Amino acid sequence: MTDARYDRAPGDSSISAEAEEGTLSGVRVYTIGLVLAVILTATSFWVANTSLLWAPGIPLGLAVLAIAQMGVHLVFFLHITTGPDNTNNVLALAFGVLIVFLVVVGSLWIMANLNDNMMPPPELMNLHMQH
Amino acid sequence: MNIAVAIDDVRHEALPSASEAGPAPKRIVVAYGFWIFLLSDIVMFSALFAAYAVLVRATAGGPTGAQLFNQVSVAIETACLLASSYTCGLMSLAVNSRRRAATYFFAVVTFVLGAAFLALEIREFADMIARGATPQRSAFLSAFFTLVGCHGLHVTAGLVWLAVMMAQVAVKGFRASVERRLLCFALFWHALDIIWVWLFTVVYLMGVRP
Repeated sequence: MTDARYDRAPGDSSISAEAEEGTLSGVRVYTIGLVLAVILTATSFWVANTSLLWAPGIPLGLAVLAIAQMGVHLVFFLHITTGPDNTNNVLALAFGVLIVFLVVVGSLWIMANLNDNMMPPPELMNLHMQH
Repeated sequence: MNIAVAIDDVRHEALPSASEAGPAPKRIVVAYGFWIFLLSDIVMFSALFAAYAVLVRATAGGPTGAQLFNQVSVAIETACLLASSYTCGLMSLAVNSRRRAATYFFAVVTFVLGAAFLALEIREFADMIARGATPQRSAFLSAFFTLVGCHGLHVTAGLVWLAVMMAQVAVKGFRASVERRLLCFALFWHALDIIWVWLFTVVYLMGVRP
C-alpha cells in the first residue's frame, strides 16, 4: 500500500476487493442499495397512482422520494462517502447540485412569472395556437 | 526496541496528506476527471429538465402526457435499468478481483438489460409517433423527445462502450488502462440510472398529473 493518504477515486469502494471477504461485503453493499432503490421506486409509482394521499402534496412527495433514491445510488452504487479521502468528490458533486438547482428552479421561477405577467388574453392565445 | 516502536508511532501519526504526497495515482486522476465530466453532463440534463418542466403544459391542443404515457411500460423500463445498474456493480467487483468469467457474465447481463430498456423505449417512441405525437406536434412533445431521447442516446453510447470494453478485456486482459476504463464505464452507467430516477419521477409520474 502507499504511504500517503490519497483521495479515493469516485466509484472505488473503501473495501479492499482483493480478498474473498472484500467481494462478499461488496456484493452486500450493492444488494442493500438495490433493495432500497426498489422500495423507493415502488413507493414512487404507488404514490403517483393512489387516491389515498392529499393530491397537492404528491409532487413534493415524489421529489423527496427521488432525492432519497439519488442518495441511495450515490452511497451504495457510486460509493460516495463523507470520509476525508472523498472530500474532492463530494465538493465537485455539491457544485454540480448547486448548478442543477439554479438552472431548474431559476427557469421555473422566471417562466412562471413571465406567464403570470405577460400571458396574452385568451382570444389572442387562441390565435397563437392556431399557427 | 522502545525507540523503534516510538518512531513507528510517529510515522503513523505523521502520514503525509494527499497534498504533500506528490502526484496522485493515475487511477484517481482519471476517475476524478471522469466524475467532473459526468457532473457537467448532469448540468446539461438539468437544462433539458428545466425546458421540459416549463413546457409541460404547452401542448398546443395536442395530446398530453396523461394520454400518451403507459406507466406499466415505464415501470418495466425502470426495473431493467435498475437491475442493469446492480449487475454493473457486480461486474466492477469481478473486475477488482480479476475474475474473467464473472466479468463477462455480468457484462452480458448488464448489456441485455440495457438493450431491453432501449428496445422498450424505442417501441414507446414509435407508438407515440404512430399516434401523431411527433416532436413537431407541440412544445411539450419537443421537450419530451429531447429529454428522454438524450437519455436514450446516452444508454446507446453506454452499450457500445460496454461491448468495446469486453473486447478490450478479451484482447488486452486486466491491465491498468483497461481497469481505469472499466471504472469510468461503471461511473457512467450508475450516473445514467440517477438521471433516469429523475426522468421517471418528473416526466412520467409528475407529468401525468392534471
